[in-house]
Amino acid sequence: MRFENQIGPQSKLLYFPLAEIWRYRDLLVLLVRRDVVTVYKQTILGPLWYFIQPLFTSLIFTLLFNNLAGIETGSVPPFLFNLASITVWNYFSTCLTTTSDVFKTNASLFGKVYFPRIIMPLSIVVSNLFKFLLQFAIFVGFYLYYIAQGSSVSVSVYAILLPVVLLNMALLSLGLGMFISALVTKYRDLSFLISFGVQLLMYVSAVTFPLAMIREKLPNYAWIVDYNPLAYIIEHARFMLLSTGTFSWISFLGCTLCSLLVFIFGSIIFNATERSFIDTV
Amino acid sequence: MIASEVILKVENLSKQYRLGEVGTGTLSHDLNRWWHRVRGLPDPYLKVGEANDRSAKGNSAYVWALKDINFEVQRGEVVGIIGKNGAGKSTLLKILSKVTAPTAGTVKYTGRIASLLEVGTGFHPELTGRENIFLNGAILGMTKKEIASKLNDIISFSGCERYIDTPVKRYSSGMTVRLAFAVAAFLEPDILIVDEVLAVGDAEFQKKALGKMQDISRGEGRTVLFVSHNLTAVQTLCSRSFLLKNGELIYSGATADVISKYLSADAEQLGSINLQDRLASLNDETVSINQILVQVSEQGNLAFDTIEQVEILFDVTVKQACSGLRIGFDLLEEKSATVLFRGFHDDDATELSYFPEGNYRFSARIPEKLLAPGAYKIQPAIGIHNNRWVLHDADVAIPIEIININGLNRAYADTRPGSIMPRLLWNSIRSNFNS
Repeated sequence: MRFENQIGPQSKLLYFPLAEIWRYRDLLVLLVRRDVVTVYKQTILGPLWYFIQPLFTSLIFTLLFNNLAGIETGSVPPFLFNLASITVWNYFSTCLTTTSDVFKTNASLFGKVYFPRIIMPLSIVVSNLFKFLLQFAIFVGFYLYYIAQGSSVSVSVYAILLPVVLLNMALLSLGLGMFISALVTKYRDLSFLISFGVQLLMYVSAVTFPLAMIREKLPNYAWIVDYNPLAYIIEHARFMLLSTGTFSWISFLGCTLCSLLVFIFGSIIFNATERSFIDTV
Repeated sequence: MIASEVILKVENLSKQYRLGEVGTGTLSHDLNRWWHRVRGLPDPYLKVGEANDRSAKGNSAYVWALKDINFEVQRGEVVGIIGKNGAGKSTLLKILSKVTAPTAGTVKYTGRIASLLEVGTGFHPELTGRENIFLNGAILGMTKKEIASKLNDIISFSGCERYIDTPVKRYSSGMTVRLAFAVAAFLEPDILIVDEVLAVGDAEFQKKALGKMQDISRGEGRTVLFVSHNLTAVQTLCSRSFLLKNGELIYSGATADVISKYLSADAEQLGSINLQDRLASLNDETVSINQILVQVSEQGNLAFDTIEQVEILFDVTVKQACSGLRIGFDLLEEKSATVLFRGFHDDDATELSYFPEGNYRFSARIPEKLLAPGAYKIQPAIGIHNNRWVLHDADVAIPIEIININGLNRAYADTRPGSIMPRLLWNSIRSNFNS
């Protein structure tokens, strides 16, 4: 007797069920739709919240870091500099914090019905992309405003690589998030770590300052930022959008490779966990 | 359809759980287990597991929730899985539906398995009924196209047409369940796994759901694995059943045989260990209680047909002549709602008030055709009036079960709410309201 499928105790280490994910593509679409539609239901300001958060953060960063602490952003208006950084950073940080909680928040669903678990983190990354696009639109609005005001800001030709930068962030946050979510099922400590860990990570990811500045002012600690692929990703994004800072193909490709590796590593751990996490969560 | 095609084959399936808290203490076990695996040695914690008997105290931190389960299911069969709480039914279904992985053994199957372990999984309260049909269907493994083609059938089966574009959070719980079951009912897997979903909704809907299950298996030739405590439903739906006990498959065969085996397996635990211990440890100066028992039913166990009486006996020695002795019991529904409290003096016009020293046997009969099918507990209540309780503990009780084999309303009795089901006298005459 031949059977089509088999359920056994051990899963293969490098198991990525592409065919199965494709079969569940409609679920991915519906989950994204659910996330986008329901976030701000029963709120007065609704989708305006998408705009309020980056605007106020940029405003405060500008007052704090640029006006008070005197961080120089060159010819680019500090507010625009911060808005660009935060828009890009927000995509990463929300993806990371939400995916790292994916097993915990979906425990009841995962405990009842099977579907390729990776659909869940994927849907988070995709639905956050919508949020990013909305926030990006705000950035473009201010960008045009500053140009109209006569600021000397310009888009770099490298801006066509922006989707690659986004993909980088998606892979990196997915990989890290899946790795952490797998560990959180057993060691809850990590979920405490993640909330302030992301905050700390922001400060060493060159979100509020140009990459060159830390090398100049804090040469002893610059390695923390130098070895942080996120810092390069943010810097690259700013270079593409505002023509400020640095860009090199080596670091660009290095980041992409790094994100890929993190993603592969994360999905291996995630797959190893998904099959029995319901017993430990 | 090929007559005897094995569609599902389970071989040596075992599942081990760690008891107690799963915390950081497992880190050392994890590392040790990993270290053994790296060296190609077997898992060091696998050997120590023992059969999963809840009431007996084990000496290992690991138990087998399932141990060496083997069975085959043919295409188009509807198989029931029966067992007490903790027998491993849900674990088995979870492994079959890929929610959790087995510790050892394999499951081989052909086609697609879909599970209905709980209806309404993944319903989002803010989305409308229609949106939730799509989302829930996709979670259960349907494509958008499949759902769209069945949308009208699903909506009309659920009976929620009017509210289909209203957010689900405004639905009553009954409506949510109807909608969810409707989605699941139109799944078209090769193997459908159903766990207790029929225990929800009103009687009319349950009948509809049961009928739909019958259609799925008979008409459409699908294979169904059905787990339920509702023995009537298992009897109606399944031709063959498995009996699980403490994680092992102890019997399989025709459903009627399996059910009687299941009920007599219960009788082994006649009375409760708790009660015997408690009676022995009673130390009252006035009375001692030799035994309290419930007479077994015609089947020789504590499951009573609705047309049988339940007789409770109390053998009591009065050591010191006393007045005001009270003997009685609480009858509780398993979920601990009291159905009645009764002592002998409640039923007697002439109150027995004075007891000289000696042995007494008190007995009480709960009449036949009174209790609705279900699980009950008889909790003895013995005390001295206006003075003290000798015995009236919440955890000291004799469990009994009322089942309906020959009684009233066999078709729906299990689905009717309430704990009594006496015969009522109905009358209908043509009348003229004007007069």
